[in-house]
Amino acid sequence: MSVTLASPLTTPAGRDVAADLPFRARGPVSAAVLEQLVDGVPTAHTVLADAAVAASADIERDDDLQLALFALYASSYGAFAAFRADLEWDPGLIATRRVIETAFERSLRRSVEVPEQPAPTADAVARALFAMTGADTGPSLSRHLARKATLDQAHEFLVQRTIYTLREADPHSWAIPRLTGRPKAALVEIQSDEYGGGRPDRVHAALFARAIRGSGLDDAYGAYVDAVPAVTLASLNTMSMFGLNRRLLGAIVGHLAAFEMTSSIPNRLYAEGLRRLGFGDDVCEYFDEHVEADAVHEQIAGRDLAGALAEDRPDLLGDILFGAAACLDVDARVGQHMLDAWSRGESSLRGADER
Amino acid sequence: MNDEPVTITAYPDGPLLVRGNVEIRTSEGEEIARTRRTVALCRCGLSTIKPYCDGTHKASGFRTDD
Repeated sequence: MSVTLASPLTTPAGRDVAADLPFRARGPVSAAVLEQLVDGVPTAHTVLADAAVAASADIERDDDLQLALFALYASSYGAFAAFRADLEWDPGLIATRRVIETAFERSLRRSVEVPEQPAPTADAVARALFAMTGADTGPSLSRHLARKATLDQAHEFLVQRTIYTLREADPHSWAIPRLTGRPKAALVEIQSDEYGGGRPDRVHAALFARAIRGSGLDDAYGAYVDAVPAVTLASLNTMSMFGLNRRLLGAIVGHLAAFEMTSSIPNRLYAEGLRRLGFGDDVCEYFDEHVEADAVHEQIAGRDLAGALAEDRPDLLGDILFGAAACLDVDARVGQHMLDAWSRGESSLRGADER
Repeated sequence: MNDEPVTITAYPDGPLLVRGNVEIRTSEGEEIARTRRTVALCRCGLSTIKPYCDGTHKASGFRTDD
């Protein structure tokens, strides 16, 4: 079935939106959000979101709320043609986004441990960020992939990664027009590399799509949304929330710095593991590329982007550290989820009974 | 690329970042492939992708005293 809606008049309200989307709702809030995003008819999602946020034991692991937020952000990214473009700024949908975001941000600020603030100089901030990202001593997904993971687990790892990496770099690009001077030039220097430096075949998201196809998986965006748990959606939602809200500029910058600083060494281990399991260069190239690229990016992100931003805007230093800490925590949770499931002999993906 | 002067910037406890149009060669004089505008050259000696940096200096505690 076609996923493009010609006009709202041709679309009868109230039908099953599942036909237009590669994924399904996980509860009342996401169902109401998806229905309006596709059909355009206002639904009660804001009231439902208010109630769900109040009742949620842990919004960071709440399937219904994380999927609803994922869909609301996907509307801004233009990730799914079935989501009507004229609803991007619909006041009701924005109200629901704010309800979920407010609770999600509050939860992250409560759960994330932020270190003491260094002096607001590029040098001190870069050193503080490298210290934070280097102190990560938890169990390592990348070491597991390198040495022990089975072929099925490697496929699951790739599936989990599709949610962000098929759109790699996009969440951080929202920050470009909000920066000036040194930090802006630094972010563009990094993003230009992420987007292939003028070569479409070198766009990192395209390299990842090639890796996904090479491993026999589906590279259509959203093909595996139903398969991933809330923590995986929360990882992308964290960066989307930081990127799309101007008031969280410091946080998206800190997020990128932490992301780049925890990338080059793990990617070398991922490539090692994938080669051990017999994957070809078409799959490993993406990971090889990130060993070299992110060793460059982490320097620029730490000193010229985050560090220079803290010098220019000392008021943002707290959020730079918060964004970095949130990146480490939220992504560690995804890795832990996979390792925990595998140590129990289970799949890290959602089973048919959960969908 | 353009006529801007090449810059080589030392990053504390890390690599040298090279920006600008410059050829990087092996000891035999052969050009080393360069796939990005800004590259990081290994300064700690431990990289597995020399002459480029792979981030290993972080794990080894490499310090540059600056």
